[in-house]
Amino acid sequence: MKFKMIVASLCMALFTSLSAQAAENYVIDTQKHHAFIQFKVKHLGYSWLLGRFDAFTGSFTYDAKHPEKNSVKVIIDTASIDSNHAKRDKHLRSADFFDVGKYPTATFESTSYQATGKNSAILKGKLTLRGVTKEIAIDLTQIGAGPDPWGGYRRGFEGHTTLHLSDYHMPFAPKLGPVSEDVELYLSIEGIRQ
Amino acid sequence: MLRNTSTSYGVVSIGQHWLMAIVIFALFGLGVWMKGLGYYDAWYHKAPDLHQSIGMVAMALLMLRLCWLSINVKPAALGAAWERTGGMIAHRCFYLLMLMVTVSGYLIPTARGEGFDIFGSIHMPALISLTARQADINGALHRYAAWSIMILATLHALAALKHHFVNKDDTLLRILGTSPKP
Repeated sequence: MKFKMIVASLCMALFTSLSAQAAENYVIDTQKHHAFIQFKVKHLGYSWLLGRFDAFTGSFTYDAKHPEKNSVKVIIDTASIDSNHAKRDKHLRSADFFDVGKYPTATFESTSYQATGKNSAILKGKLTLRGVTKEIAIDLTQIGAGPDPWGGYRRGFEGHTTLHLSDYHMPFAPKLGPVSEDVELYLSIEGIRQ
Repeated sequence: MLRNTSTSYGVVSIGQHWLMAIVIFALFGLGVWMKGLGYYDAWYHKAPDLHQSIGMVAMALLMLRLCWLSINVKPAALGAAWERTGGMIAHRCFYLLMLMVTVSGYLIPTARGEGFDIFGSIHMPALISLTARQADINGALHRYAAWSIMILATLHALAALKHHFVNKDDTLLRILGTSPKP
């Protein structure tokens, strides 16, 4: 009996460690907000205007043995844009910029993951924003992964990419001037393994 | 005289009427013009600041006007029954719309809990900040109320001219303060 239990435990341990090596599914921890999508754009060429999207959901898969299979999907609530100013955020939500009434979400679906180092990669994917879909590439860095004190397992990344405002047909964007053409996106994402 | 009688308006009512008419038309014109300004126009920030400042003055004038209304008689309306009823409805709509346009305007810059300064120095606190998106809803309400006031004001002016030139009664003269009746 005791022998069978040992065998059973060993099998379970082996099975668990094997599945830990297979593709892992993560849900981005937006419930406790350990995930951030921030942007910065030049204001008149004199300073950076910072903002973020407060509300989004997403998930990713991670396979340590086959990283090229890694994938991400994120859906952003465009109306949650927050640049810390009531009238500016109202203007951004309006048809002059994001037109959130007509385009309530922006989505990112990855198409490829290309490891460039132990903890770095180039993540490519389709960004759909204001009804326009563009291929973008995100410079990704894995920050860390491991168990948390509450019974979960987490993995986190940060990413950088630059978007061109003119790609997304916002009527007021060109009026900001050529200095504000490029928008830098910074992502800090933590996922909880399922 | 200062107060209204059953047949005439006092100077306070007359003054309030024309002062607010000028302020309202000025605010509407300023509002429409400022919406078309580009980011690099010199008046891009000055125009909305002035609009907000004068808007808060309009709100204060409205409050005073409502107080004055409550302690004064209304001169009896002239004309046929439909004209008297129509006038009563239009005037009540005006008060409602003036309240709507000033309050909704105030709720836009204060949507995130921050107040704003009028005329560069007088601080307006943010009293109602429920959600950042209240700026959007109030923006729409503000626009609808503003245009409704303009349309109603046009009908209101046409009605006054009808009373004066067709009915040949005292309606227009009363609000101009030149009515012969005491």
